[in-house]
Amino acid sequence: MATMPANEDFAPWDDPSARALITFRNVTKRFGRFTAIDAIDLAIYEREFFALLGPSGCGKTTLMRMLAGFETPTEGAIELAGRDIVPVPPNRREVNMMFQSYALFPHLSVWDNIAFGLRRSAMGRADIAARVEEMLRLTRLEPFARRKPHQISGGQRQRVALARSLAKAPKLLLLDEPLGALDKKLRQETQFELMDIQEKTGTTFVIVTHDQEEAMTVASRVAVMDHGRIVQVDTPARIYESPNSVYVADFIGDVNIIEGTAGASSDGPNLAVHWAEGQQALTGPARTPLAGGQRCALAIRPEKIAISGDRPGGMHNVVQGKVLDIAYLGNVSTYHVELPTGHVLKAQTANTRRIARRSHTWDDTVWLSWSDTASVVLPV
Amino acid sequence: MNIRRLLVIAVPYLWLLALFLVPFGIVLKISLSDLAIARPPYTPYLDLAAGLAGLKAFFAGLDFDNFVFLTTDDLYWRAYLSSLWIALSSTALALLVGYPIAYAMSRATPEWRPTLMMLVILPFWTSFLIRVYAWVGILNTEGVLNQFLMLTGVISEPLTILNTRTAVYIGIVYTYLPFMVLPIYATLDRLDDALLEAAEDLGCSRLSAFWLVTVPLSKQGIIAGCFLVFIPAIGEFVIPALLGGSETLMIGKVLWDEFFRNRDWPVASAVAIVLLLILLIPIILFQRNEQKQREAEG
Repeated sequence: MATMPANEDFAPWDDPSARALITFRNVTKRFGRFTAIDAIDLAIYEREFFALLGPSGCGKTTLMRMLAGFETPTEGAIELAGRDIVPVPPNRREVNMMFQSYALFPHLSVWDNIAFGLRRSAMGRADIAARVEEMLRLTRLEPFARRKPHQISGGQRQRVALARSLAKAPKLLLLDEPLGALDKKLRQETQFELMDIQEKTGTTFVIVTHDQEEAMTVASRVAVMDHGRIVQVDTPARIYESPNSVYVADFIGDVNIIEGTAGASSDGPNLAVHWAEGQQALTGPARTPLAGGQRCALAIRPEKIAISGDRPGGMHNVVQGKVLDIAYLGNVSTYHVELPTGHVLKAQTANTRRIARRSHTWDDTVWLSWSDTASVVLPV
Repeated sequence: MNIRRLLVIAVPYLWLLALFLVPFGIVLKISLSDLAIARPPYTPYLDLAAGLAGLKAFFAGLDFDNFVFLTTDDLYWRAYLSSLWIALSSTALALLVGYPIAYAMSRATPEWRPTLMMLVILPFWTSFLIRVYAWVGILNTEGVLNQFLMLTGVISEPLTILNTRTAVYIGIVYTYLPFMVLPIYATLDRLDDALLEAAEDLGCSRLSAFWLVTVPLSKQGIIAGCFLVFIPAIGEFVIPALLGGSETLMIGKVLWDEFFRNRDWPVASAVAIVLLLILLIPIILFQRNEQKQREAEG
């Protein structure tokens, strides 16, 4: 987040007077009997980097294609800057798209690919040339201007696609899995490049991705989708720390889910969760008010669980178990700990010491503990 | 190992030598000979028994008189020009008819494509001669087409189509259409739909996306299809003979007449050699296009 200094102040979604650039009003899309998008309401603000995140088939691509104009909603309205764009064909929308396969024209040079959209407008030759040069500079493609798409690398092709879709200075840029074809290292570099370009141009970006790490890195807000519905829209930090459902908690990052029943509220926002016969209740803040006796789940991230050889004092949430497995990932290790109840919890510790000095090993009896605020209690 | 490799390479070369180069040499030799009332009907005839003197007499008997003769009678160059013209215009017509067919095939749903492909190839399963002859029954003044048009009241007098150039165009376009459709379909089939969406996204209408993306990207197929129609059409004999009547002048017919009516083998051979030289240019261009396509893909 260090590359987005304005991030702290930039939160138009919390400002009731802010007007959204894009508004989905009760949008539904059906293909035959299949409902791809189910009554979605959504507002995206200017200069946002908005991510649509979900597994394949969740409707995120359909949502994006409706913004581009390649699909028409079955019901509902989509507004861009206050104007209904549903009847506007794709070639007349101030929206451009970067395709997943890049869709570069193989018969045109890099220069002509970038100029393609500009030539369809009323722009003069000199202005077109200036704009193309500007885009080539922005994406560091000047040395490859005369090459054909098949004569450059995958990373360069990705930048040509970006330059081409940005050339017309659209109000909204759509990115369909823009980094999917790149290898991991290049993908991480390119994520920061994308954020940099988004900030420089001030364009609103909507990105479709199934990679939660990518969405968390680049986006100002993330919409988590499932089966044609938006489950949660929030900043990456809030999505991670305060998911509104087991689905979101499970989809983003690693999580332990302990199911149980809600007890009566004991102290303030915290709720006791009875999770196993004869075990002390676990406590955590409830995301939504829950009635006593209602089924619920306590979600706790592995890195928030402390692991120790002796019983720690002063903690409400303490369980004992046996180390079942250790996954060594270099920077961190994940301990799989089996409780007497049969639950297996994952606890993660940073490897600040060398691996030989590890204090717990297979079959050791250990204590797991976490603070009251580390977990979140969710309805099921 | 080396000998085995040599044998493997030798097979196609021997094949070309025996079935292409030797017959070509014979035709070339006949074209340089003179007409004679004999069997075969030309001189000189190589007499190997006469030894070196016979060989000398043989080469002394060869000359370019037949080729000179082709320039003296305007029938020949008019036949060549007319053939070129008919081949060119029927290639253009085949493109005009074939491109939409190929385009429709590539846009059809995947489960329909094999059926459509079959429909294009199916006519090849019957004899070419029968298919062309069937057009006589369709096009003549009492034919199916005229009967239908008169029955529906479109015309009151039968149209004369058979034994005109129109009938030749119909015949050539009909016969060689698959050669136009298949290479164009092959290039259109590979066309990524995302490219058309990208063009639209960047401000193209459907029509301009077609001109700026679809047509340039099917260029290789168009070129291949045009050569595959043009090259056989120029030397075509059966179609003008059956459908064109006496009015249509084509070099294939001239060749046939020289050979079978006049029994003038030397002049017929000269006509064939010149035709081959004319065809050499488009064949070389075609090969170059194919090579360029392979390079673009590789």
